[in-house]
Amino acid sequence: MKLLKALACTSLLAAATFAAPAVAQERIALVVKSLGNGFFDAAARGAEAAAAEIGGIEVIYTGPTSASAEGQIEIVNSLIAQNVDAIAISANDPDALVPVLQRAMDRGIKVLSWDSGVAEEGRMLHLNPSDTALIGETIIKLAADYLPDGGDVAILSASSTATNQNAWIAAAEEALPTMFPNINLVAVVYGDDDSVKSTNEALGLLQTYPDLDAIIAPTTVGVVAAAQVVTDEGLIGQVNVTGLALPSEFKQFIDNGASQAVALWNPIDLGYSAVYLAHALVGGQEAAPGATFGIGSVGEVTLDDSTSAAMAAPFTFDASNIEEFSQIY
Amino acid sequence: MSEEARTTRSIPDRLDGRLKSAVLSWPSLLLAVAVGVFILNSFASPYFLSAWSLSDATFNFTEKALIALAMALLIISGEIDLSVAAIIALASTMMGLALQFGVDTPGLVLIGIGTGLLCGMFNGALVTGLGLPSIVVTIGTMSFFRGISFIVLGDQAFKGYPADFAFFGQGYVWWVISFEFTFFLFCAVLFYFLLHRTTFGRQIFVIGNNPTTARFSGVRVERVKFILFCLTGLMSGLAAVALTSRLASTRPSIAMGWELEVVTIVVLGGVSILGGAGSIQGVVIAAFIMGMVTFGLGLLNVPGIVMSIFIGALLIAVIALPILFRMIRERRA
Repeated sequence: MKLLKALACTSLLAAATFAAPAVAQERIALVVKSLGNGFFDAAARGAEAAAAEIGGIEVIYTGPTSASAEGQIEIVNSLIAQNVDAIAISANDPDALVPVLQRAMDRGIKVLSWDSGVAEEGRMLHLNPSDTALIGETIIKLAADYLPDGGDVAILSASSTATNQNAWIAAAEEALPTMFPNINLVAVVYGDDDSVKSTNEALGLLQTYPDLDAIIAPTTVGVVAAAQVVTDEGLIGQVNVTGLALPSEFKQFIDNGASQAVALWNPIDLGYSAVYLAHALVGGQEAAPGATFGIGSVGEVTLDDSTSAAMAAPFTFDASNIEEFSQIY
Repeated sequence: MSEEARTTRSIPDRLDGRLKSAVLSWPSLLLAVAVGVFILNSFASPYFLSAWSLSDATFNFTEKALIALAMALLIISGEIDLSVAAIIALASTMMGLALQFGVDTPGLVLIGIGTGLLCGMFNGALVTGLGLPSIVVTIGTMSFFRGISFIVLGDQAFKGYPADFAFFGQGYVWWVISFEFTFFLFCAVLFYFLLHRTTFGRQIFVIGNNPTTARFSGVRVERVKFILFCLTGLMSGLAAVALTSRLASTRPSIAMGWELEVVTIVVLGGVSILGGAGSIQGVVIAAFIMGMVTFGLGLLNVPGIVMSIFIGALLIAVIALPILFRMIRERRA
């Protein structure tokens, strides 16, 4: 009995030491889909860089262990209680987070979404990493560039409810008939951004479609799983894996030939820009359609009619530059 | 002989005499832990001791705690229901579907509760009617119920619930006291009386301790278990109403993984996972502990994975302690 109490006490005291007593004038929370994801860790580094440039800003980098809307709501509740100045969130669900983010705004907290958006009524502005249509086109182009005679491709996505992946896939399907008439999209499967599930789904694709020419995974978890499966099954040169990947995690598969090229925007810039935007909102700038925000060294963005903005176009990594970028993120 | 026949027999609601003292003090020990966590939280974060913070914190566990009340009864009777989170998903989906046909708020609530009840009846019928083990049945229905949600919704969401529907998950009864929380306290009192003050409650303990004895003593074991599955389904339906209202939307991934958090609350509350022992007081206090620990660690921006480790350690300690305690006692005896 005493052991339990002692355990509870010591654990809480241990936890208490996590609380850095740093006092900054402005606290900006960077809420991500899930922790332990290289993409978001890179974004957090960018956010820290922006905070250091601006000065007087404390970045709270946080997110749930599993990518769920309920987990993010618990985190937003605790951020509201901490009375942070701004919340910049990459949402697991565009709708479920709206009520709690509205409550945050009611309590005077500035709210913006980045990467994966929240419905308009739940945030002041949204920062897209790139243009949805352009990404959809890019992920098909990455496969098509190496299939001059056309072929069968399949998409391995994140969860079936992920906002951004679904938008890209929709854009890709739109681009297919006009821009890539000889590319045939045979299936879209969902690996839930879970390594094991993604691996199983990739294996399933290879078994169901023996003539598959490329797997396109517009998610950093799925693309690694798919490339690993192609490597393990000895299908290098037969099935090309491509999609959106972190250079540092994916370098080995460019090196071994399981993939010809992948693309990604710069997550460091994304976290960096999110902090600049949050700081501008805290400073009183209005997020109205047409408003222009400076985002430090990245440049500036202009809000469209749905108060969202696009940061930059995705950047392609292949054998020529993967080494250099794998050192960065 | 005649002396013995006249003596009123009572069936103990605890495993055995030696454990009695330990189990008796369980809720009070939990209460001490809860107070300790509360005090530590107040020292650890300047933001904890505020009426609105504490009120916001209750939203994190209320829906799970609602289900835990019914789950406690089910586990005491020696059964378990792992499909509760999937029932939330299905009930929420049915409410969303009804919304598309213009059903108003009272109708939506009825459909949510009704779906939960039907799911519970389905589980109960499979377990008691066919005599299947509940853990197998409910692992099956867990996929089955959520599968229906996925078929209906795919990657879509139902949204646009009426404004007055928001009251169940976002409304306040008075000042910072939310409707959800008030409703949970009300249910906790009801379940306390049901388990500890009625014949039905005594029957649950008897079944959990020894279903064969219970059957020979005239307890209608199957009927009691069927009712408990229905009750668990019903509470899941109520939780679905509250959660759907709080999220103002429905996706098939709603409440994913909650079944284990519900079982965690029940076991932390001192309910024996083998059945036959436990109390509602313990479960209610355990819900508070879970809520305060996760919220307190959240205020310190502790990563979720550290929180899971902490809760896992707490749970193992809670299960291991009574067993260790008994081993020590037996060695001494």
